Amino acid sequence: MEHIPTPSSTVGPFLHLGLTEKHSITHIAAPNVKGEHIILRCRVFDADGSPVNDAMIELWQADSEGRYRHPDAPRANECDPAFLGFGRTATDEKGCCEFETIKPGAVPAQDGISQAPHISLAIYSRGILLQLYTRIYFAADSANEHDPVLALVPKERRSTLMAHPDSSRSGHWLFDIRLRGENETVFFDV
Amino acid sequence: MADLKKNSTIPTYRRLQPGTQPTRLYEPYKSTRLRNPAQPLIYLPHTLSEITGPVYGHSPIAETDNDLTLQHTGEPLGERIIVTGRVLDDSGRPVPNTLIEIWQANSAGRYRHGCDQHPAPLDPNFSGAGRTLTGDDGTYRFVTIKPGAYPWLNHHNAWRPAHIHFSVFGRAFISRLITQMYFPGDPLFDHDPIFQSVPDEKARQRMISKFDLETTQPQWAVGYRFDIVLRGPEATPFES
Ligand SMILES: [Fe+3]
Repeated sequence: MEHIPTPSSTVGPFLHLGLTEKHSITHIAAPNVKGEHIILRCRVFDADGSPVNDAMIELWQADSEGRYRHPDAPRANECDPAFLGFGRTATDEKGCCEFETIKPGAVPAQDGISQAPHISLAIYSRGILLQLYTRIYFAADSANEHDPVLALVPKERRSTLMAHPDSSRSGHWLFDIRLRGENETVFFDV
Repeated sequence: MADLKKNSTIPTYRRLQPGTQPTRLYEPYKSTRLRNPAQPLIYLPHTLSEITGPVYGHSPIAETDNDLTLQHTGEPLGERIIVTGRVLDDSGRPVPNTLIEIWQANSAGRYRHGCDQHPAPLDPNFSGAGRTLTGDDGTYRFVTIKPGAYPWLNHHNAWRPAHIHFSVFGRAFISRLITQMYFPGDPLFDHDPIFQSVPDEKARQRMISKFDLETTQPQWAVGYRFDIVLRGPEATPFES
């Protein structure tokens, strides 16, 4: 028998109290975790281009060899035990937040599809009644050309899913999320 | 180009049914206008990235985390309540060992948060945040104080019905649910655009807890039941 899932609701303006004040996770990969260590800086903007200073971002990603630490995933027991792959935190007054992590590996084809390195993202805030899902890909990664999810996205909008290296700081990547309006980020119906 | 729909052996999750979740761009709730996409969402067949999620060890739990009345030296003011229930998936299977986090206003309708401007008193003995893990049968339990209604600036004379914010992880990144639990019979339901943003009447009822005499403890606390249903995997399809 199927039951109707409980409806989602907004986290509201006081989400920090329950979710991020004491329980943020921004150090996703400790220094001993294998892989290319990166600092990922995300920024969130609303339809007016104003920074969204009361959002929460959650990240979920594979390890450097494309393995997810999860019982339904192949090779889960081979995952680096120091790496869970989950992070979350609130945006600051500039709409920004930062994560220390590793670049995930390509997710190989056990489920029928090989996917380019990417990080799954969910965005929550006042005014968002049901979290918005998107993905971060890494600009100029040659695997992007064959990624089956990017292939679903109209060419002219794919750039909204790309993180770009910060030219002033090596190892730093920038990802902008525009909730609505010009250059609106692609969000997925999952 | 690889085809997402072929040769898939991973469990895919049931899709949410139209009307049973809030309308993203819901005009009466003003903050939705600038913060939701104008473009349609792009349909994503589920891959490993969607059907996996954090299930291990991201959630240290302290002893008083599920009793919000024991987190300070004194007792908080207000009506002590017990909130308990089960986390199930949409096939009715329990979701064990999953993290639930809650946060709420105190009995006067005030959050312990720098941005809360409501001129109601803070309670030095109440922080208003808790967490727990579900048991093997999906059961969880919190002891807390019944939160007060509070005003907000959405429209003239706008008041939120009393509610507790709930965050639940579940088994997959896409089963993640953040919702609000309400109390039965609240006169503010009809005037609250956040509650009303869910079109389906039956789905709306899912957000309202039920008074439960069995949970209620004599001379001590009134009990409410709140079961939470998460999206779950569809039956594994036969390989073709
Ligand atoms: Fe609230």
